[in-house]
Amino acid sequence: MSTTNYIGKATSRVDGPAKVTGAATYAAEYHLPNMAYAYVVSSPIAKGKITKIHADEVLALPGVVQVFSHENVPSVAWLDKKHQDQVAPGGSPFRALQEPDIQFSQQPVALIVADTFELARYAASVLRIEYEEEKHETNLETQRTKGYEPGSGKAGYMPPPPPRGNPDNAWEAAEHRMEAEYVHGTQHHNPMELFSTTVEWRGDGKITAYDKTQGVFNVKNYLVGVFGLKKDDVRVVNEFMGGGFGSGLRPQYSVYLAVLAALELKRSVRLTLTRQQMFSFGHRPHVLQTVKLGTNPDGTLAALQHHALHETSHFEDYTENIVNWSGMLYQCDNVKLGYQLAKLDVFTPLDMRAPGAASGTIGLEIAMDEMAYAAGLDPLEFRLRNYADRDQNQDKPFSSKKLRDCYQQGAAKFGWEKRSQEPRSMREGKMLVGWGIAGGVWDATQQKSAAKASISADGKLTVLSGSGENGAGTYTIMTQIAAETLGLPLEAVTYKLGDTDQPEAPLQGGSWTAASVGTAIQSVCQDLAAKILKLAQKQDDSPLQDASFEDVEFVNGQIRLRADHHQAVVLRDVLQASGEAKVEADGSTMPNMLKQQQYSLHSHNAVFVEVKVDEDLGTVHVTRVVNAIAAGRILNLKTARSQVLGSVVWGIGAALMEETVMDHKFGRYMNHNFAEYHVPVNADIHDIDVIFVDEEDDVVNPLGVKGIGEVGMLGVAAAVANAIHHATGKRVRDLPITIDKLL
Amino acid sequence: MNSFTYHRATAVEDAVRDHTSHAGAAYIGGGTNLIDLMKENVERPAHLVNVAKLPLAAIENLPDGGLRLGAMATNADTAWHEEVKSRYPLLNQTILAGASPQLRNAATNGGNLMQRTRCLYFYDLATPCNKREPGTGCSAVGGFNRIHAILGASEHCIATHPSDMCVALAALAPTVRVSGPHGERSIAFEDFHRLPGDQPEKDNTLEPGELIVSLDLPAKGFAKHFSYLKLRDRTSYAFALISVAVALELEGSTITDARLALGGVAHKPWRDQEAEQLLIGQPATEETFRRVAAKVVENAQGQGSNDFKIELARRAIVRALKQAAEGSQHAADVFQNSNP
Repeated sequence: MSTTNYIGKATSRVDGPAKVTGAATYAAEYHLPNMAYAYVVSSPIAKGKITKIHADEVLALPGVVQVFSHENVPSVAWLDKKHQDQVAPGGSPFRALQEPDIQFSQQPVALIVADTFELARYAASVLRIEYEEEKHETNLETQRTKGYEPGSGKAGYMPPPPPRGNPDNAWEAAEHRMEAEYVHGTQHHNPMELFSTTVEWRGDGKITAYDKTQGVFNVKNYLVGVFGLKKDDVRVVNEFMGGGFGSGLRPQYSVYLAVLAALELKRSVRLTLTRQQMFSFGHRPHVLQTVKLGTNPDGTLAALQHHALHETSHFEDYTENIVNWSGMLYQCDNVKLGYQLAKLDVFTPLDMRAPGAASGTIGLEIAMDEMAYAAGLDPLEFRLRNYADRDQNQDKPFSSKKLRDCYQQGAAKFGWEKRSQEPRSMREGKMLVGWGIAGGVWDATQQKSAAKASISADGKLTVLSGSGENGAGTYTIMTQIAAETLGLPLEAVTYKLGDTDQPEAPLQGGSWTAASVGTAIQSVCQDLAAKILKLAQKQDDSPLQDASFEDVEFVNGQIRLRADHHQAVVLRDVLQASGEAKVEADGSTMPNMLKQQQYSLHSHNAVFVEVKVDEDLGTVHVTRVVNAIAAGRILNLKTARSQVLGSVVWGIGAALMEETVMDHKFGRYMNHNFAEYHVPVNADIHDIDVIFVDEEDDVVNPLGVKGIGEVGMLGVAAAVANAIHHATGKRVRDLPITIDKLL
Repeated sequence: MNSFTYHRATAVEDAVRDHTSHAGAAYIGGGTNLIDLMKENVERPAHLVNVAKLPLAAIENLPDGGLRLGAMATNADTAWHEEVKSRYPLLNQTILAGASPQLRNAATNGGNLMQRTRCLYFYDLATPCNKREPGTGCSAVGGFNRIHAILGASEHCIATHPSDMCVALAALAPTVRVSGPHGERSIAFEDFHRLPGDQPEKDNTLEPGELIVSLDLPAKGFAKHFSYLKLRDRTSYAFALISVAVALELEGSTITDARLALGGVAHKPWRDQEAEQLLIGQPATEETFRRVAAKVVENAQGQGSNDFKIELARRAIVRALKQAAEGSQHAADVFQNSNP
């Protein structure tokens, strides 16, 4: 592309007006004739059996349609394979209402369907269920010696690479050494929008499920498999999402139950979970990490060891990449990485923004700070001395890596050179001031993706690809890419997503949507452009008569010769003269594996944080954050910045307040509401600066984008912890760092 | 459906009569707590008497120089009332330290006194709770009790009262005027809320059917030397782990009158009159404050995850006393209370 009209520009969300005016329709907002309302009844116990369900008592209430439970639900597919969605971990996925056994607290044990939501909720509150309780175990601390190495069950999971060098001897022999354990508690995704499914019964076994999901195709395939439906009979739609953060990657039991009810009752059904029930499924696991680092006299790393143990359920081996990053972020020849799971009576954990890396960078990056202090080095200088120019895990060069620029530009913007190394050496009034640094690395991934583009004679372009919009700005960047490729104004382009009737796009996760769907859209729009050029050349006296596709460019509603901009035709004139009602192109794109497998493909960041601590009272305020990111080409500076702002806010929350607390006596998460599950409020957030460093990369994909959904969160929590240490001299290794830990 | 009958009262007598004639009746004002509790099935009133429209929203001067806060005045209208701002700034500060603007716009003064504990177990029907279901046991004892009481608790209940406003009221000592089936009476604020003892289901000393009609503040507002320090897990929209309301009168550097109350530590807003007596006549020095703070938490008892609150309370008392003595409530912590 010779000129860039849209790509990279700070562009307001094209779906913004629909969202703020209420015109955007979310899963729970589809109103259908004769719709019934479903309400989930959740188990009060963590383990045991249902012995009796007094369904007759609530069925007697006028307006209650049905009480579904293991006693009356038809059996679904028997094979685990049929229940395993695209990102299911190894094991046997949870099947609601199939057995009387209770496997975790808040397990759905019955589904009430009634003519109104209020009645269903009331009936759920009076339904008597008798249980036989069994002893549960929900405390990871008791499982320290029972960790096991999981099989490779889940897509995207990479077992840690084998040790390299001589990590034990090298650590023993190191000039300076550190060893510490790092802990952070369970977190739940808690998107603002509650999980909801509205199922439209279209008669004759046909359904449309309006479902809160990050992957309509994943949900469709799951429903087809579980209920043995015909592919053509199931349509899944999700045009908008009030946040996902990974919680919508797997089909939740809510969509399963809503569809089950609709199929059984042959009636449209809506099911919405409560906020409390949002704590009843996947979550970021509670992790125990041990890191051992050693340095040589010159401040280079002599040894690096990182081990993680986290919870999973008894029925699935949830895995995420926690320790692998540690073998890649810094240059070190003696590395040992370990990763284990332990089974508890909880639901299976689930990918949550920057899964694995968000946790792993807490361990590694606090440890790096500790090591820097032990070696008497500035923590930034220490990182620079251990800069990895090559991915040692895979023994490959990086396709691009501008982390050094992140360090330099971030430090300059933050004013890092004014930092004094000694803890407790910086003050402002009565407050202790601390500056900390951390960072991370994330995958740049492209997935197979399909798209379709269609332009009508009046020059309006419609692009389809069944991706998701979880709030990241997908509608906007895809509109920009299409408009750019065909040289059209943004207003002439409509991008539609979130429908299984559209060409298939991958799950919206892994920071790969821009790379995957963007590439597909660019590709079909180029195909469409080529078709339009041919139509133009059919015209008598066309100035483009002899031009090849490479000779022309589509700019400002025109097709013109690159070499001579005056040789141009108006695109709409071409379409109108062609006599075609519309011109279409479709197709799919794949990553260029041959090229990509020669390189390590990753995005990086460096985060600089300032905290102010009232030492007497243990209160911490994060007053400044600079997050410098190297993530290839940035498609939209505005939505990209917003995404990183959200990541930073979340990182601050993870550092200071966010944690789901389990009472092991009950095996139950107790702070399952927004009053007691704390996420930052506006008053907690001060200055946040986002820097995108220039990074060109023609390996990752034709657009050169790496994705920014996850990388912005890396290192934020560690940088806050490191800043607190710098301010107070206290090293807190158990996050969140609440008041009590600083007294 | 979760059926209840409903009556919008037109006069105090009408409200009381209607409440008395319905079993399982509850008054509803702003509903900011009761509706939550109904959704969670913690409260199941059979009949609601809406008192929000009663003519009890006035804030007016009393002949004795005090100020009457109507029970149905909203928290927001109360906080921002000129007389409150100028004469009872401590009250203004505590109200603004609580909840959110939206909630304060709906919540009433009477309702603020009536709000129930935020104990996690009280809210979750899956766990036993003596306050919710007398005789079932207290799950917070030996459980996750980070937000629970360190003073005045019993083996039956270690819940705390969640209000900020009531901590200032405990210090300012208004009279609570109530109207009931047997007419009007006045309750000293100190006696309004109660400790759990063996009846944790009872939060306060109201008799059945009684309705709060006003809070009558005495003339003394401690407008010069006051402080409200609230410590919590985030800067806004969280309940206090520890809060301290201090009101002082000074002659030179000598304390001539003192009020000290704590929130987040007990089943009721915790005023410590012994500590107040220890302050009076003493110089306003850190040494005095430390001695008094130590005295306040002398008999405090941790429950495990809230052990830290004893030390935190001690430190917070010293800080709040310092701020009040210096008249530096606003300058002391740029983050504290600046974003309510």
